[in-house]
Amino acid sequence: MILAKVVGTVVATRKDPRLVSQKLLVARPLDPRGKPEGHYLVAVDTVDAGFGDMVLIVNGSSARMAAGLKDCPVDAAIVGVVDTVELDE
Amino acid sequence: MQLARVIGDVVTTRKDPALIGLTLLIVQPLTPDHQPIGRAVIAADTVGAGVGEEVFFVRGKEASFPFFPAEVPVDAGIVGIIDYWTVDAPRP
Repeated sequence: MILAKVVGTVVATRKDPRLVSQKLLVARPLDPRGKPEGHYLVAVDTVDAGFGDMVLIVNGSSARMAAGLKDCPVDAAIVGVVDTVELDE
Repeated sequence: MQLARVIGDVVTTRKDPALIGLTLLIVQPLTPDHQPIGRAVIAADTVGAGVGEEVFFVRGKEASFPFFPAEVPVDAGIVGIIDYWTVDAPRP
């Protein structure tokens, strides 16, 4: 999983039927120190995250194991809203 | 699987119900000579690893297999704590 910050929303009318009523958010991946890294991505939100939240994103086929995403054509899902990150350095 | 060091942990309250009770640790992949390489990722801990330990972890859907038959949305999982490793020096 990776950490990311929610930076926007995606609205789509014509889409795969299994994506109907799923909430799509734009997220910017972060490193554990909170610095942005890598490319923006679109993730399905399963935990009611909001704009500006730091979230936990699961990638790849594991994303389909998130609640309510069985057999959905998704490769990134938000599965947690992060409270704290502790680093030992 | 990849060599890594546990460098921190992540606490979440609002999360997927299947993640409740899991320990989420930040792992930094390592080269065979213990140097950090690549991006750190968040991995589910299945073996009781702690911060500072060297571990190996698995990526992809296989990371959820230790929890079988539960379907847990994780894409990285720590599956072993390393006592030590040895690497042959490259041949001249």
